[in-house]
Amino acid sequence: MEVLNIATAGSVDDGKSTLIGRLLFDTNSITDDKLEAIMAASKKKGLGYVDLSLLTDGLIAEREQGITIDVAHIYFSTPQRKFIIADTPGHFEYTRNMVTGASNANVSLILIDARKGVVEQTFRHFYISCLLRIPQVMICINKMDLVGYSQQHFEDIKSQFLAFAEKVKFEGQQIEFVPISSLLGENIVEKSSSMPWYKGSALLQMLEKITLHESLSEEVSRFPVQYVIRPKSEAFHDYRAYAGKVVSGVFRKGEKVVVLPGRQETTISKIEKFGREMEAAQASESVNIILEDDVDLSRGDMIVPVHQLPQQTRQMNATICWMSHEPMASGGIFLLQHGVNVSRARVTGIHNLIDVISLESEPVVNQLKLNEIADVTLKTAKEIFYDSYAENRANAAFILIDEHTNSTVAVGLLR
Amino acid sequence: MVENSSLFPRELEDEAIYIFREVAAQFEKPVLLFSGGKDSITLVRLAIKAFYPAKIPFPLLHIDTGHNFDETIRFRDELVEKFDLELIVRYVQDSIDQKKAVEETGKYASRNVLQTVTLLDAIEEFKFDACIGGARRDEEKARAKERIFSVRNDFGQWDAKKQRPELFDMLNGRISLGENVRVFPISNWTELDVWNYIKEDELAIPSIYYAHERDTFVRDGQILPYSSFVNVTDNEVVEKRQVRFRTVGDMTCTAAVESSANQIDHIIQEILLATVSERGARIDDKRSEAAMEKRKQSGYF
Repeated sequence: MEVLNIATAGSVDDGKSTLIGRLLFDTNSITDDKLEAIMAASKKKGLGYVDLSLLTDGLIAEREQGITIDVAHIYFSTPQRKFIIADTPGHFEYTRNMVTGASNANVSLILIDARKGVVEQTFRHFYISCLLRIPQVMICINKMDLVGYSQQHFEDIKSQFLAFAEKVKFEGQQIEFVPISSLLGENIVEKSSSMPWYKGSALLQMLEKITLHESLSEEVSRFPVQYVIRPKSEAFHDYRAYAGKVVSGVFRKGEKVVVLPGRQETTISKIEKFGREMEAAQASESVNIILEDDVDLSRGDMIVPVHQLPQQTRQMNATICWMSHEPMASGGIFLLQHGVNVSRARVTGIHNLIDVISLESEPVVNQLKLNEIADVTLKTAKEIFYDSYAENRANAAFILIDEHTNSTVAVGLLR
Repeated sequence: MVENSSLFPRELEDEAIYIFREVAAQFEKPVLLFSGGKDSITLVRLAIKAFYPAKIPFPLLHIDTGHNFDETIRFRDELVEKFDLELIVRYVQDSIDQKKAVEETGKYASRNVLQTVTLLDAIEEFKFDACIGGARRDEEKARAKERIFSVRNDFGQWDAKKQRPELFDMLNGRISLGENVRVFPISNWTELDVWNYIKEDELAIPSIYYAHERDTFVRDGQILPYSSFVNVTDNEVVEKRQVRFRTVGDMTCTAAVESSANQIDHIIQEILLATVSERGARIDDKRSEAAMEKRKQSGYF
């Protein structure tokens, strides 16, 4: 069974929590006790209907303010698929959470309030979806019931959105539009009779049918060493395996490989999973790789096929999103974590601070503030083995860690 | 019959193994919090797989409330023996005797909350820097927002607003002295995923998960196991019922469901049809709507 990861985003009050509540409710994913609890809470608030947004607005502060403030993970399944929703807030100051929620997504689901049309936040969400190269974007135009189910209204919003999207989208990215009413459950699980002009499918059917075409196994093969397994027991006296996750591509038994940074050539003698030998390991599988020769290899090093070498350098260009309240100054020193490889790094320059609404950029800046996105140049103490984000997103992402607070302060994508 | 189409998604196992290996690589003194329940049994299985053929490079820690199902303790000791695991046990009773925790009184008296005191003491005693737990995000709304690596300050507390962003699969386990990280490798699993995994990997679980006859009484619409640890009031009648448990915790606050499911396929069928969520069988969460978040803030699992 496949897992589809969905990132949801929207502005305050556009009905995102209600939409998620509706997906859970209509797929029978809400149990009686949870439903009873939110029915009682709706009554307490003096509402005449069951407020499905109460299902996801989990934290005390959120219930007090009636807003969503952090990334929440929600699970439901149909006979076709298991769905994981990373629900991210629509507040400007929480953009960093949106990036967090979207980083593992196959699909980005963006809500637009039909009465308000496209707002700044819509552009921001779409920009981030493109930055993170999310292959599929679903635009749900919500509250259609409040605009008389007007097709003209729907089409106007669609063209307004596309005018912006054309400038930002990347090749191969799919964008779909669905007119919905999450409060009334229209075009969510079942098609609505109120909008006969809409010829597409209901949202859930579209989510069930999306092909996970960004097939990681078709990319170049990358295996970062996560941990070295040496039992030193009598039964496994000389056993030495490199444990890790295939980040992208496929590795096969008998394949000729190179280990980085040393660039020694060797051959994969065995691939194992819990003692079971395998012919091949696909992307995202956690396995043990055993090499034919004794090579010098430890955590953070990488095994790659002989003819598919990644970039191997200490100087690189990246686009980053700054996620800390303390601004970042040019020249700052951080820990750069690329996958499981960690190195000290200096930000040697900040360029092209991007205004994600107007798409204009400032060529030279001295500092980067919370939620700002810009290009940077970096110099690392150790070599990093990476691919450009456009080619293989799985081996291009990194985070920056503040050495004093230990916080994750930025996410970046190498170019 | 409801079709159990949701065979276990193997990518969840790969993800959990990846998380276990990150723990071993990033921390000095990790520990696996073991309760004897199905989620911690699943964790042990995943840990064995993550490091095989080497041994699990950290011990198990059981915080014993003293209000145990005998079957759980027996199961725990057999598991430790069979897989040659290292087990540490710390007792809530000791915390009470040392006057660090105060026994609750009255009808709803439970030691569930007191576990936190004993846990924080054990973390300090052994200087554990990572505590691996079996919490899942589908269990409860506050857990839905918790990270896989969840940093606790030197008082063991969780601050929901100061969580580190977790991006792609990169886990940042850096902490200052005195802080620790709670790690949740099966964050993305649902109750059904756990059961399908137990089935497909043929894992042994304590017998109380299967239907059996037991002395029980009904309180607030829920069936509770009768034991010497609970205070039964005059109008609560103790009766034999055919029941099983969906979670295994402190005997005073773990409710049973009436069931005749005596094999795993029947349990999975029941879960597919179930209309009461798993934590609905935990009385401690019902104390208030924000009960879990408040307990987490004070250092609970």
